[in-house]
Amino acid sequence: MTQNEPIVVMKGITIEFPGVKALDGVDLRLYPGEVHALMGENGAGKSTMIKALTGVYKIDAGSITVEGKPQTFNGTGDAQNAGIATVYQEVNLCTNLSIGENVMLGHEVRGPLGINWKKTHQEARKYLDQMGLGHLDPHAPLNSISIAMQQLVAIARAMVIDAKVLILDEPTSSLDANEVQDLFAIMRKVRDSGVAILFVSHFLDQIYEITDRLTILRNGQFIKEVMTKDTPRNELISMMIGKSAEELSQIGAKKERRAIGADEKPIVSVKGLGRKGSIQPTDLDIYAGEVVGFAGLLGSGRTELGRLLYGADKPETGTYKLNGNQVSINDPHTALKHRIAYSTENRRDEGIIGDLTVRENILIALQAIRGMFKPIPKKEADEIVDKYMKELNVRPADPNKLIKNLSGGNQQKVLIARWLATHPELLILDEPTRGIDIGAKAEIQQAVLDLAEQGMGVVFISSELEEVVRLSDNIEVLKDRRKIAELENDATVSQETIVDTIASNNAGKEA
Amino acid sequence: MAGHNTKKDAGNPILKRLLSSNLTWSVVALIVLIVICTIFDHGFLSLSWNENTGGLAGPLITMLQESARYLMIATGMTLVISTSGIDLSVGSVMAVAGAAAMQFLVSGLNVWLAILLSLLVGLVLGCINGALVSMLGLQPFITTLIMMLAGRGLAKVITAGQNTDAGSVAGSEPLRWMANGFILGIPANFVIAIIIVCLVGLLCRKTAMGMMIESVGINQEASRMTGIKPKKILFLVYAVSGLLAAIAGLFATASVMRVDVVKTGQDLEMYAILAVVIGGTSLLGGKFSLSGSAIGAVLIAMIRKTIITLGIDSAATPAFFAVVVIVICVMQAPKIHSLSAEIKRKRALKSEAKAVTA
Repeated sequence: MTQNEPIVVMKGITIEFPGVKALDGVDLRLYPGEVHALMGENGAGKSTMIKALTGVYKIDAGSITVEGKPQTFNGTGDAQNAGIATVYQEVNLCTNLSIGENVMLGHEVRGPLGINWKKTHQEARKYLDQMGLGHLDPHAPLNSISIAMQQLVAIARAMVIDAKVLILDEPTSSLDANEVQDLFAIMRKVRDSGVAILFVSHFLDQIYEITDRLTILRNGQFIKEVMTKDTPRNELISMMIGKSAEELSQIGAKKERRAIGADEKPIVSVKGLGRKGSIQPTDLDIYAGEVVGFAGLLGSGRTELGRLLYGADKPETGTYKLNGNQVSINDPHTALKHRIAYSTENRRDEGIIGDLTVRENILIALQAIRGMFKPIPKKEADEIVDKYMKELNVRPADPNKLIKNLSGGNQQKVLIARWLATHPELLILDEPTRGIDIGAKAEIQQAVLDLAEQGMGVVFISSELEEVVRLSDNIEVLKDRRKIAELENDATVSQETIVDTIASNNAGKEA
Repeated sequence: MAGHNTKKDAGNPILKRLLSSNLTWSVVALIVLIVICTIFDHGFLSLSWNENTGGLAGPLITMLQESARYLMIATGMTLVISTSGIDLSVGSVMAVAGAAAMQFLVSGLNVWLAILLSLLVGLVLGCINGALVSMLGLQPFITTLIMMLAGRGLAKVITAGQNTDAGSVAGSEPLRWMANGFILGIPANFVIAIIIVCLVGLLCRKTAMGMMIESVGINQEASRMTGIKPKKILFLVYAVSGLLAAIAGLFATASVMRVDVVKTGQDLEMYAILAVVIGGTSLLGGKFSLSGSAIGAVLIAMIRKTIITLGIDSAATPAFFAVVVIVICVMQAPKIHSLSAEIKRKRALKSEAKAVTA
């Protein structure tokens, strides 16, 4: 492909939220007739970057140029007028209108008596035909077709408004293999008509199939822009996750693996535990005093497996044994009663109860197990709160502060305190160190090791392979919602081992 | 937001906290209304001892008597709103419970049994609301709106469309006393209502019920992840609201020993919501204040009393009511507080500038 000028040039984009730099001097160039992917783990700044380009967020520094003209977007309308169209993961069309009305919304064909619906639908059919969607009836209501088809309709709509840039934000996450191929066929058509496509997906196979160029972000920073075909998977993965091992050296080098004795019985033993669309049936044993790491990219099923173990999602298949006894863990309450605790990766939406105090946030899970009408005696409650706030070094040390006013790292410590207060036998920590500063990170990592030392079984889920390798005794490697390997984490295992395991496994491709 | 606060914190902190507290403004409004009434009717504050009833008499006492029913429904409404729900059916449940009580009395049932059964009816209606909202996940607004309409109909069915009058039924004194009697000179229904509010308050704050209700209202999914069962909590608050509405229904009908199937409890769901909002509980759910709602309920009764005392034309009463409530809400709005601080600051700057030029 002969390269001409880029349509969109974003330079030095910086966006700050109170206390956090979400983006720090990020560059992005979108070329006509190319599919460009934004790559990076959760929190890398992909969606913030998209929101800067679509006018949702105002940029604090940097410049956006569209077709050579500098632009200042004060709202999504400005971005749309500049020719930037977006198709979100959740389709933002009107499901109660017809397909044709959706395609032509705002661009209806007008006659002397208002809108000429017949011509409007004819026009819609023309656009649908162009997209290879001729089999759709423009008169049918939008909600009569699948979500996948609705996404394709949304793309057709983007063509009506004569977009120069099409942004597809995780369009494939809810599609099956055939639907993905339909989408790619249309993406290729749109691309060949000279539109620049910005694509976000966390399925690596799809990235290599459809994209031409990649921009890699990490922790809000621009890492590199590369051509897809020149970049091996290993290299891409290590650019995405980074190697920050040195900064955390105070926790010590990789710990010695805890060997499991032949006569030891696991705390938790699951066989074929799975849930459709979430994770395929998985076998897993977790022993007392062991740290089991779940490694895999975003969307690999690492979180889903953790949620199933806790009953946050109801398992559909498999058996669950707890200290040798068959149990059924269908909701968090039951899990906690069986002394299994899960700390979510989604701290804000599923973790903290923002308007309650630190003290209440620590006690609430223990209280839920005891039942509503058996309050924890004040003295005992004070002791619990005091003990864990000290142990985990929660700052500020005031239990009566609202938790929403604490920093991310301290919120995380309070949540860990909440779960420790329930005296779990198995503690599942999902991304406990995400989005928190280095100091708090080190403290939490140390806490994980200490807990295992005291005989607790710990599941450690993290997108940072370095952490997983350093802390775990065993590592379960997941990819595409499937467990693909179980590694005994001895001296021979490193980040590269895991990356190679993920990169070389193609068996699970859209099974 | 953070920037705002630091700017605001310049003044006297205690005064600032008092001014921004919803309770303060409710009490101020209450006092202002009493003062206005006293100006219009010099006898407004006068209390006399009524030998016949064995209690105090006077305009303030009748106001307290009327406030009892508002206290009941506002308390239930507070819990429901705290879970980020709403209960529009309280007025109709009042009518149903009142109708049931009157009908039971007329049909010759023992008065205590009649009271118990009509409370049970209210509880059952509350449970139906709770079941629909928690188990089926219906929207509280729609669910209780339907119950509001259905309840009115049910009340009419119970009395066969009549406004049943149990005034002449013998042996109904305990119920009469509940509405019109006195305890140590204070209206019995007001005392009962305050006791119930305190009991609910103790139940909420001495057990973990209050925290769990707030938790569910703040973040239902996060609450579920902590092992709380949000469905149980939702069911519970609607059930409690139904039961308390039934008590309010007894207060409202027993004072005249007659149910008006159309007018008993009419519009009272609005009064209850207003009392809760005036009391400082957010309609978005979360932290609640039962004492705030209680003062709000008394304030509502006081506004109604003011309307009568000032002799406002009956056609204009809703408008007067609305104006008073709006004024109170505006006084409580945080924006107004930061605005007034801003104006003061600008004035200070101006006078400073003037001083410099002079």
